[in-house]
Amino acid sequence: MNSNAAHKPVCAESDAITIAFTLNGKSHTAKVAPGERLLDTLRYGLALTGTKEGCGEGECGACTVLLDGLPANSCLVPAFQVRGRDVRTIESIPAERLGPLLESGATQCGACTPGVVMTAAWIRDHRSELQSFTTRALMAGNLCRCTGYDGIIDGLERWIASESGGRS
Amino acid sequence: MAGATDLLVHWPIRPEAQDKTYLDLSAISELRPFRWTDVSLHIGALTTYWDILRDPQTRAEFPLLHEAARQVGAIQIQSRGTWAGNIANGSPAADGVPVLLAYDASVVLTSMAGSREIPLREYYTGYRNSVRRSDELITSIILPRRRYDFSVFHKVGARRAQAITKVGIAVTREAGARAANPWRVVASSVAATVRRCPAIEAFLASGALVRVPSDFFASIDADIRPIDDIRSTASYRRTVLARLLYHSLRGVSATVV
Repeated sequence: MNSNAAHKPVCAESDAITIAFTLNGKSHTAKVAPGERLLDTLRYGLALTGTKEGCGEGECGACTVLLDGLPANSCLVPAFQVRGRDVRTIESIPAERLGPLLESGATQCGACTPGVVMTAAWIRDHRSELQSFTTRALMAGNLCRCTGYDGIIDGLERWIASESGGRS
Repeated sequence: MAGATDLLVHWPIRPEAQDKTYLDLSAISELRPFRWTDVSLHIGALTTYWDILRDPQTRAEFPLLHEAARQVGAIQIQSRGTWAGNIANGSPAADGVPVLLAYDASVVLTSMAGSREIPLREYYTGYRNSVRRSDELITSIILPRRRYDFSVFHKVGARRAQAITKVGIAVTREAGARAANPWRVVASSVAATVRRCPAIEAFLASGALVRVPSDFFASIDADIRPIDDIRSTASYRRTVLARLLYHSLRGVSATVV
Protein backbone atom coordinates (compact mmCIF):
# COMPACT_ATOMS: atom_id res chain seq x y z
CA MET A 1 0.00 0.00 0.00
CA ASN A 2 1.29 3.46 -0.79
CA SER A 3 2.31 5.61 2.13
CA ASN A 4 0.33 8.66 3.14
CA ALA A 5 2.88 10.73 1.29
CA ALA A 6 0.90 9.87 -1.81
CA HIS A 7 -2.03 11.83 -0.45
CA LYS A 8 -0.14 15.00 0.26
CA PRO A 9 -0.87 17.70 -2.30
CA VAL A 10 2.25 18.38 -4.33
CA CYS A 11 1.31 21.93 -5.17
CA ALA A 12 0.45 25.19 -3.56
CA GLU A 13 -3.25 25.94 -3.09
CA SER A 14 -2.95 28.51 -5.87
CA ASP A 15 -2.00 25.77 -8.36
CA ALA A 16 -5.26 23.91 -7.78
CA ILE A 17 -7.32 23.18 -10.87
CA THR A 18 -11.09 23.54 -10.82
CA ILE A 19 -12.76 20.82 -12.85
CA ALA A 20 -16.38 20.23 -13.76
CA PHE A 21 -17.51 16.68 -14.41
CA THR A 22 -20.49 14.38 -14.03
CA LEU A 23 -20.45 12.28 -10.90
CA ASN A 24 -23.08 9.59 -10.45
CA GLY A 25 -25.38 11.41 -12.83
CA LYS A 26 -25.03 14.89 -11.34
CA SER A 27 -22.88 17.84 -12.36
CA HIS A 28 -20.02 18.44 -9.96
CA THR A 29 -17.12 20.80 -9.61
CA ALA A 30 -14.03 20.03 -7.58
CA LYS A 31 -10.73 21.74 -6.86
CA VAL A 32 -7.91 19.31 -7.41
CA ALA A 33 -4.14 19.45 -7.16
CA PRO A 34 -2.27 18.68 -10.40
CA GLY A 35 -0.79 15.53 -8.87
CA GLU A 36 -3.97 14.33 -7.22
CA ARG A 37 -5.41 10.90 -7.95
CA LEU A 38 -9.12 10.55 -8.71
CA LEU A 39 -9.29 8.03 -5.86
CA ASP A 40 -8.25 10.73 -3.38
CA THR A 41 -10.60 13.31 -4.85
CA LEU A 42 -13.47 10.89 -4.37
CA ARG A 43 -12.55 9.71 -0.90
CA TYR A 44 -11.03 12.78 0.71
CA GLY A 45 -12.37 15.65 -1.38
CA LEU A 46 -15.93 14.44 -1.90
CA ALA A 47 -16.26 12.04 1.06
CA LEU A 48 -17.37 9.20 -1.23
CA THR A 49 -15.59 6.52 0.74
CA GLY A 50 -17.29 3.57 -0.93
CA THR A 51 -14.41 3.38 -3.38
CA LYS A 52 -11.54 1.60 -1.60
CA GLU A 53 -7.79 1.80 -1.94
CA GLY A 54 -6.10 -1.57 -2.08
CA CYS A 55 -2.68 -1.71 -3.71
CA GLY A 56 -2.53 1.86 -5.01
CA GLU A 57 -0.73 0.67 -8.14
CA GLY A 58 -3.36 -0.63 -10.50
CA GLU A 59 -3.17 -4.33 -9.67
CA CYS A 60 -6.08 -5.12 -7.37
CA GLY A 61 -9.08 -3.25 -8.78
CA ALA A 62 -10.53 -2.31 -5.36
CA CYS A 63 -10.69 1.32 -6.52
CA THR A 64 -12.53 0.55 -9.78
CA VAL A 65 -14.94 3.26 -10.99
CA LEU A 66 -16.61 3.67 -14.36
CA LEU A 67 -15.01 6.45 -16.38
CA ASP A 68 -17.13 7.31 -19.42
CA GLY A 69 -18.75 3.93 -18.88
CA LEU A 70 -15.58 1.82 -18.78
CA PRO A 71 -13.96 0.33 -15.66
CA ALA A 72 -10.79 2.19 -14.60
CA ASN A 73 -8.54 2.03 -11.55
CA SER A 74 -9.15 5.39 -9.88
CA CYS A 75 -5.72 5.14 -8.20
CA LEU A 76 -4.17 5.52 -11.67
CA VAL A 77 -6.37 8.34 -12.95
CA PRO A 78 -5.04 11.89 -12.51
CA ALA A 79 -8.06 13.75 -11.13
CA PHE A 80 -7.75 16.62 -13.62
CA GLN A 81 -8.27 14.16 -16.50
CA VAL A 82 -11.94 13.64 -15.57
CA ARG A 83 -12.72 17.21 -16.59
CA GLY A 84 -15.88 17.08 -18.71
CA ARG A 85 -16.20 13.33 -18.31
CA ASP A 86 -18.62 10.93 -16.65
CA VAL A 87 -17.63 9.20 -13.41
CA ARG A 88 -19.74 6.56 -11.67
CA THR A 89 -18.84 5.14 -8.29
CA ILE A 90 -20.25 2.39 -6.09
CA GLU A 91 -22.50 5.02 -4.47
CA SER A 92 -24.53 5.09 -7.71
CA ILE A 93 -25.65 1.50 -7.26
CA PRO A 94 -28.50 1.01 -4.80
CA ALA A 95 -27.68 -1.62 -2.17
CA GLU A 96 -31.03 -3.32 -2.58
CA ARG A 97 -30.07 -4.23 -6.15
CA LEU A 98 -27.11 -6.30 -4.99
CA GLY A 99 -29.07 -9.20 -3.53
CA PRO A 100 -27.95 -11.99 -5.87
CA LEU A 101 -24.29 -10.95 -5.53
CA LEU A 102 -24.44 -10.92 -1.76
CA GLU A 103 -26.37 -14.18 -1.46
CA SER A 104 -23.84 -16.15 -3.52
CA GLY A 105 -20.87 -15.69 -1.25
CA ALA A 106 -19.45 -13.03 -3.56
CA THR A 107 -18.32 -10.99 -0.60
CA GLN A 108 -16.59 -11.82 2.65
CA CYS A 109 -14.32 -9.15 4.10
CA GLY A 110 -15.75 -6.68 1.59
CA ALA A 111 -12.58 -4.76 0.71
CA CYS A 112 -12.73 -5.77 -2.94
CA THR A 113 -16.51 -5.66 -3.21
CA PRO A 114 -17.06 -2.06 -4.40
CA GLY A 115 -14.61 -2.61 -7.24
CA VAL A 116 -16.06 -6.03 -8.05
CA VAL A 117 -19.55 -4.53 -8.24
CA MET A 118 -18.46 -1.74 -10.60
CA THR A 119 -16.79 -4.16 -13.02
CA ALA A 120 -19.79 -6.48 -12.70
CA ALA A 121 -22.16 -3.61 -13.48
CA TRP A 122 -20.22 -2.87 -16.66
CA ILE A 123 -20.34 -6.53 -17.71
CA ARG A 124 -24.05 -6.70 -16.93
CA ASP A 125 -24.78 -3.65 -19.08
CA HIS A 126 -22.70 -4.78 -22.09
CA ARG A 127 -23.42 -8.49 -22.41
CA SER A 128 -23.73 -8.61 -26.18
CA GLU A 129 -20.61 -6.55 -26.81
CA LEU A 130 -18.59 -8.75 -24.45
CA GLN A 131 -19.63 -12.15 -25.76
CA SER A 132 -16.13 -13.12 -26.90
CA PHE A 133 -14.77 -12.76 -23.36
CA THR A 134 -15.27 -15.11 -20.43
CA THR A 135 -16.64 -13.60 -17.24
CA ARG A 136 -13.50 -14.72 -15.45
CA ALA A 137 -11.28 -12.90 -17.95
CA LEU A 138 -13.38 -9.74 -17.63
CA MET A 139 -13.15 -9.94 -13.83
CA ALA A 140 -9.38 -10.61 -13.84
CA GLY A 141 -8.62 -7.06 -12.75
CA ASN A 142 -10.47 -7.44 -9.44
CA LEU A 143 -8.44 -9.42 -6.95
CA CYS A 144 -10.14 -11.04 -3.96
CA ARG A 145 -8.27 -12.71 -1.13
CA CYS A 146 -11.32 -14.29 0.53
CA THR A 147 -13.81 -15.91 -1.78
CA GLY A 148 -11.77 -18.02 -4.14
CA TYR A 149 -13.71 -16.24 -6.91
CA ASP A 150 -16.37 -18.91 -7.48
CA GLY A 151 -18.82 -16.95 -5.32
CA ILE A 152 -18.10 -13.79 -7.29
CA ILE A 153 -18.59 -15.46 -10.66
CA ASP A 154 -21.75 -17.31 -9.52
CA GLY A 155 -23.16 -14.15 -7.96
CA LEU A 156 -22.41 -12.13 -11.07
CA GLU A 157 -24.14 -14.66 -13.32
CA ARG A 158 -27.21 -14.63 -11.05
CA TRP A 159 -27.19 -10.87 -10.85
CA ILE A 160 -27.12 -10.58 -14.63
CA ALA A 161 -29.90 -13.17 -14.96
CA SER A 162 -32.05 -11.40 -12.36
CA GLU A 163 -31.73 -7.99 -14.01
CA SER A 164 -31.65 -9.29 -17.58
CA GLY A 165 -29.53 -6.42 -18.83
CA GLY A 166 -31.44 -3.64 -17.08
CA ARG A 167 -29.55 -0.63 -15.80
CA SER A 168 -29.54 0.21 -12.14
CA MET B 1 0.71 11.73 -20.45
CA ALA B 2 -2.20 9.81 -21.90
CA GLY B 3 -3.72 6.94 -19.87
CA ALA B 4 -1.16 7.47 -17.07
CA THR B 5 -1.28 3.78 -16.11
CA ASP B 6 2.51 3.50 -15.87
CA LEU B 7 3.11 7.03 -14.63
CA LEU B 8 0.77 6.93 -11.63
CA VAL B 9 2.00 3.64 -10.22
CA HIS B 10 4.64 5.51 -8.22
CA TRP B 11 2.91 8.85 -8.37
CA PRO B 12 3.73 11.34 -6.95
CA ILE B 13 6.19 9.86 -4.52
CA ARG B 14 8.87 9.01 -7.08
CA PRO B 15 11.29 11.87 -6.36
CA GLU B 16 12.45 12.56 -9.90
CA ALA B 17 8.84 13.00 -11.01
CA GLN B 18 8.58 16.15 -8.89
CA ASP B 19 11.00 18.00 -11.13
CA LYS B 20 9.43 17.08 -14.41
CA THR B 21 6.78 18.82 -16.40
CA TYR B 22 4.04 16.60 -17.75
CA LEU B 23 1.82 17.50 -20.65
CA ASP B 24 -1.65 16.00 -20.65
CA LEU B 25 -2.68 14.83 -24.13
CA SER B 26 -5.94 13.17 -23.15
CA ALA B 27 -8.25 15.85 -24.58
CA ILE B 28 -6.61 16.13 -28.02
CA SER B 29 -9.21 14.49 -30.22
CA GLU B 30 -6.92 14.45 -33.28
CA LEU B 31 -4.85 11.77 -31.53
CA ARG B 32 -7.69 9.26 -31.23
CA PRO B 33 -8.25 6.55 -32.02
CA PHE B 34 -7.24 4.90 -35.36
CA ARG B 35 -7.90 4.99 -39.09
CA TRP B 36 -7.28 2.79 -42.12
CA THR B 37 -5.76 3.62 -45.48
CA ASP B 38 -5.36 1.23 -48.41
CA VAL B 39 -1.88 0.30 -47.28
CA SER B 40 -1.74 0.88 -43.55
CA LEU B 41 -3.41 1.13 -40.15
CA HIS B 42 -2.70 4.38 -38.29
CA ILE B 43 -3.04 3.97 -34.55
CA GLY B 44 -3.44 7.42 -32.97
CA ALA B 45 -1.42 8.16 -29.87
CA LEU B 46 -4.50 8.03 -27.62
CA THR B 47 -5.74 4.68 -28.95
CA THR B 48 -6.23 2.35 -25.99
CA TYR B 49 -5.98 -1.43 -25.82
CA TRP B 50 -9.74 -1.52 -25.44
CA ASP B 51 -10.27 0.59 -28.58
CA ILE B 52 -8.50 -2.18 -30.50
CA LEU B 53 -10.09 -5.06 -28.58
CA ARG B 54 -13.59 -3.93 -29.46
CA ASP B 55 -12.81 -3.56 -33.18
CA PRO B 56 -13.47 -6.61 -35.41
CA GLN B 57 -11.44 -5.37 -38.38
CA THR B 58 -8.19 -5.09 -36.46
CA ARG B 59 -8.81 -8.54 -35.04
CA ALA B 60 -9.16 -9.96 -38.55
CA GLU B 61 -6.10 -8.25 -39.99
CA PHE B 62 -3.78 -7.88 -36.99
CA PRO B 63 -4.79 -10.67 -34.59
CA LEU B 64 -1.67 -10.28 -32.46
CA LEU B 65 -2.86 -6.80 -31.42
CA HIS B 66 -5.82 -8.54 -29.82
CA GLU B 67 -3.73 -11.33 -28.32
CA ALA B 68 -1.47 -8.79 -26.65
CA ALA B 69 -4.20 -6.36 -25.61
CA ARG B 70 -6.09 -9.12 -23.83
CA GLN B 71 -3.02 -9.77 -21.73
CA VAL B 72 -2.23 -6.20 -20.73
CA GLY B 73 -3.62 -6.18 -17.22
CA ALA B 74 -7.41 -6.42 -17.30
CA ILE B 75 -10.19 -4.08 -18.43
CA GLN B 76 -9.25 -1.40 -15.87
CA ILE B 77 -5.85 -1.03 -17.58
CA GLN B 78 -7.01 -1.86 -21.12
CA SER B 79 -9.54 0.98 -20.98
CA ARG B 80 -6.86 3.55 -20.12
CA GLY B 81 -3.49 2.29 -21.36
CA THR B 82 -2.41 3.33 -24.85
CA TRP B 83 -0.24 1.64 -27.47
CA ALA B 84 1.83 4.79 -27.85
CA GLY B 85 2.27 4.97 -24.09
CA ASN B 86 3.55 1.40 -24.11
CA ILE B 87 6.23 2.48 -26.60
CA ALA B 88 7.03 5.71 -24.72
CA ASN B 89 7.33 3.98 -21.34
CA GLY B 90 10.06 1.84 -22.88
CA SER B 91 9.83 -1.16 -20.57
CA PRO B 92 11.65 -4.27 -21.83
CA ALA B 93 8.65 -6.22 -20.45
CA ALA B 94 6.11 -4.30 -22.55
CA ASP B 95 3.33 -6.42 -24.07
CA GLY B 96 2.14 -4.05 -26.79
CA VAL B 97 5.56 -3.28 -28.28
CA PRO B 98 6.43 -6.89 -29.29
CA VAL B 99 3.38 -7.30 -31.51
CA LEU B 100 3.83 -3.85 -33.05
CA LEU B 101 7.42 -4.85 -33.90
CA ALA B 102 6.24 -8.18 -35.31
CA TYR B 103 3.99 -6.20 -37.68
CA ASP B 104 6.92 -3.96 -38.70
CA ALA B 105 5.39 -0.81 -37.19
CA SER B 106 6.72 2.73 -37.56
CA VAL B 107 6.44 5.52 -35.02
CA VAL B 108 5.47 9.04 -36.06
CA LEU B 109 7.29 11.64 -33.96
CA THR B 110 5.98 15.17 -34.19
CA SER B 111 7.43 18.45 -32.95
CA MET B 112 7.01 22.12 -33.81
CA ALA B 113 9.62 21.48 -36.51
CA GLY B 114 7.51 18.84 -38.24
CA SER B 115 7.06 15.08 -38.28
CA ARG B 116 9.33 12.14 -38.91
CA GLU B 117 8.59 8.46 -39.23
CA ILE B 118 10.98 6.05 -37.51
CA PRO B 119 10.84 2.25 -37.83
CA LEU B 120 10.00 0.92 -34.37
CA ARG B 121 12.93 -1.50 -34.63
CA GLU B 122 15.23 1.54 -34.70
CA TYR B 123 13.39 3.48 -31.98
CA TYR B 124 15.12 2.23 -28.84
CA THR B 125 18.75 3.05 -28.19
CA GLY B 126 19.03 1.38 -24.78
CA TYR B 127 17.18 0.70 -21.54
CA ARG B 128 14.28 3.18 -21.51
CA ASN B 129 16.15 5.32 -24.04
CA SER B 130 15.03 6.15 -27.52
CA VAL B 131 15.68 8.37 -30.52
CA ARG B 132 12.74 10.58 -29.49
CA ARG B 133 13.87 14.12 -28.74
CA SER B 134 12.45 15.90 -25.71
CA ASP B 135 10.46 18.26 -27.96
CA GLU B 136 8.83 15.39 -29.84
CA LEU B 137 5.59 13.55 -29.16
CA ILE B 138 4.59 10.15 -30.45
CA THR B 139 1.52 11.12 -32.47
CA SER B 140 0.76 7.84 -34.19
CA ILE B 141 1.89 4.31 -34.95
CA ILE B 142 1.71 3.02 -38.51
CA LEU B 143 1.25 -0.67 -39.32
CA PRO B 144 1.67 -1.71 -42.96
CA ARG B 145 -1.19 -3.92 -44.19
CA ARG B 146 0.44 -7.15 -45.32
CA ARG B 147 -0.68 -10.75 -45.52
CA TYR B 148 0.58 -13.12 -42.88
CA ASP B 149 0.17 -16.89 -42.93
CA PHE B 150 1.31 -17.36 -39.36
CA SER B 151 1.45 -15.28 -36.21
CA VAL B 152 1.80 -16.02 -32.54
CA PHE B 153 2.15 -14.10 -29.29
CA HIS B 154 3.10 -15.71 -26.00
CA LYS B 155 3.62 -14.12 -22.63
CA VAL B 156 5.00 -16.03 -19.67
CA GLY B 157 4.29 -14.43 -16.30
CA ALA B 158 3.88 -15.58 -12.73
CA ARG B 159 0.19 -16.17 -13.41
CA ARG B 160 -2.15 -15.80 -16.35
CA ALA B 161 -3.75 -12.46 -15.50
CA GLN B 162 -2.32 -9.24 -14.09
CA ALA B 163 1.30 -10.31 -14.36
CA ILE B 164 4.42 -8.64 -15.70
CA THR B 165 6.14 -10.61 -18.44
CA LYS B 166 9.17 -12.77 -17.57
CA VAL B 167 9.66 -13.89 -21.16
CA GLY B 168 7.57 -13.05 -24.20
CA ILE B 169 7.61 -13.67 -27.94
CA ALA B 170 5.77 -12.32 -30.94
CA VAL B 171 6.40 -14.03 -34.28
CA THR B 172 4.93 -13.41 -37.71
CA ARG B 173 5.55 -14.98 -41.12
CA GLU B 174 4.65 -12.89 -44.10
CA ALA B 175 2.80 -14.59 -46.93
CA GLY B 176 4.04 -14.23 -50.50
CA ALA B 177 7.54 -13.41 -51.68
CA ARG B 178 7.75 -9.70 -50.86
CA ALA B 179 10.55 -10.09 -48.36
CA ALA B 180 13.73 -12.14 -48.63
CA ASN B 181 13.05 -13.50 -45.15
CA PRO B 182 9.36 -13.79 -44.24
CA TRP B 183 9.99 -14.28 -40.50
CA ARG B 184 9.82 -11.58 -37.86
CA VAL B 185 10.78 -12.69 -34.40
CA VAL B 186 10.49 -10.38 -31.39
CA ALA B 187 11.45 -11.17 -27.80
CA SER B 188 10.53 -9.27 -24.64
CA SER B 189 11.95 -9.19 -21.12
CA VAL B 190 15.19 -10.78 -22.30
CA ALA B 191 17.26 -7.69 -23.11
CA ALA B 192 17.42 -4.00 -22.21
CA THR B 193 14.62 -3.31 -24.68
CA VAL B 194 11.97 -5.32 -26.46
CA ARG B 195 13.87 -6.41 -29.53
CA ARG B 196 13.75 -7.91 -33.00
CA CYS B 197 15.88 -11.05 -33.25
CA PRO B 198 17.67 -11.05 -36.64
CA ALA B 199 19.84 -14.09 -35.82
CA ILE B 200 16.80 -16.21 -34.96
CA GLU B 201 15.03 -14.94 -38.09
CA ALA B 202 18.04 -15.87 -40.24
CA PHE B 203 18.29 -19.26 -38.54
CA LEU B 204 14.63 -20.00 -39.33
CA ALA B 205 15.17 -19.02 -42.97
CA SER B 206 18.44 -20.97 -43.27
CA GLY B 207 16.82 -24.35 -43.70
CA ALA B 208 18.72 -25.80 -40.72
CA LEU B 209 16.69 -28.46 -38.93
CA VAL B 210 15.55 -27.70 -35.39
CA ARG B 211 14.94 -30.94 -33.49
CA VAL B 212 15.00 -29.75 -29.88
CA PRO B 213 14.50 -26.35 -28.21
CA SER B 214 18.21 -26.05 -27.43
CA ASP B 215 18.95 -25.90 -31.16
CA PHE B 216 17.78 -22.28 -30.87
CA PHE B 217 20.43 -21.40 -28.26
CA ALA B 218 23.16 -20.28 -30.67
CA SER B 219 20.90 -17.77 -32.40
CA ILE B 220 19.21 -16.75 -29.13
CA ASP B 221 22.61 -15.95 -27.66
CA ALA B 222 23.47 -13.84 -30.69
CA ASP B 223 20.28 -11.78 -30.33
CA ILE B 224 19.55 -11.27 -26.65
CA ARG B 225 21.19 -10.81 -23.28
CA PRO B 226 18.81 -11.78 -20.46
CA ILE B 227 19.55 -10.84 -16.84
CA ASP B 228 18.67 -12.03 -13.36
CA ASP B 229 16.16 -9.70 -11.74
CA ILE B 230 13.28 -9.58 -9.28
CA ARG B 231 10.98 -11.54 -11.60
CA SER B 232 13.21 -14.25 -13.04
CA THR B 233 16.72 -15.43 -13.91
CA ALA B 234 18.77 -15.19 -17.09
CA SER B 235 18.98 -18.98 -17.32
CA TYR B 236 15.20 -19.43 -16.99
CA ARG B 237 14.54 -16.76 -19.59
CA ARG B 238 16.96 -18.27 -22.13
CA THR B 239 15.55 -21.77 -21.63
CA VAL B 240 11.92 -20.70 -21.78
CA LEU B 241 12.51 -18.50 -24.84
CA ALA B 242 13.94 -21.54 -26.69
CA ARG B 243 10.95 -23.66 -25.65
CA LEU B 244 8.43 -20.98 -26.61
CA LEU B 245 9.99 -20.70 -30.05
CA TYR B 246 10.24 -24.46 -30.53
CA HIS B 247 6.71 -25.32 -29.45
CA SER B 248 5.17 -22.34 -31.26
CA LEU B 249 6.91 -23.10 -34.56
CA ARG B 250 6.94 -26.89 -34.53
CA GLY B 251 4.91 -28.05 -37.49
CA VAL B 252 4.48 -24.44 -38.68
CA SER B 253 7.97 -24.12 -40.08
CA ALA B 254 9.03 -27.15 -42.13
CA THR B 255 12.44 -27.01 -40.49
CA VAL B 256 11.18 -27.17 -36.87
CA VAL B 257 10.41 -30.84 -36.30
